[in-house]
Amino acid sequence: MREDPDLPVLAAISAGGVVGALARYGISTAWPHDPPAFNWAIWTVNVTGCLLIGVLMVLISRFWPEQRLIRPFWGVGVLGGYTTFSTATVDVLHTAPATALLYLTATLIGAILAVWAGTVLAEAVVRR
Amino acid sequence: MTLLLVALGAAVGAPLRYLTDRAVQARHSSGFPWGTFTVNIAGSLLLGFLLGLPVAPWLAALLGTGFCGALTTYSTFSLEILRLARGGERFLAAAYAIGSVLAGLGAAMVGVLIAQAV
Repeated sequence: MREDPDLPVLAAISAGGVVGALARYGISTAWPHDPPAFNWAIWTVNVTGCLLIGVLMVLISRFWPEQRLIRPFWGVGVLGGYTTFSTATVDVLHTAPATALLYLTATLIGAILAVWAGTVLAEAVVRR
Repeated sequence: MTLLLVALGAAVGAPLRYLTDRAVQARHSSGFPWGTFTVNIAGSLLLGFLLGLPVAPWLAALLGTGFCGALTTYSTFSLEILRLARGGERFLAAAYAIGSVLAGLGAAMVGVLIAQAV
């Protein structure tokens, strides 16, 4: 298959990724954590990012289905760059065992509940 | 300065995630989100490696916080779990969720071990 890199889409994702990553960096700098302890900053970043992607996808399909760059910028870029799987995973290795298990579970469950809540709430509001 | 390094890493990591996802998704027809799985596991391996060395703070900002942070994603991951579950693919949703977390942990540990070996 031949890839055709769509430059406006890639640029929107790249710019969005920068915004999202800087927001994550800002939150984790303002809310530092000692490695053996629960990383509340990254947990909060991931859970809020999942809530927002749920809301965003409903809004896009309802209001802006034709807008080509909204999903690349806000979804793939900003929220994709804001949330992080790698830090959430590597954090576990630097955390005390009981806290590590709690952090791993709380991130996964929190993320799933958040994306579900964001989707269901946005669907309920949009349907009114 | 750190802000600039994080931004630079993310400017590359985020589009690379998109391109990898597209390339991987174009090459299989299963319902399993192998594209996001690939970037999340690869990013965990690289971040484990970087923190295992460990690298200088500026390189950690560029490649760790910026590149690996933007290459990997929890938002798309959770969205895909929700879509599989809502589409009736509950087993696949659970396998994807638990499989990604366990494979990510394994990859991060392998990254640390490689770092210690070099």
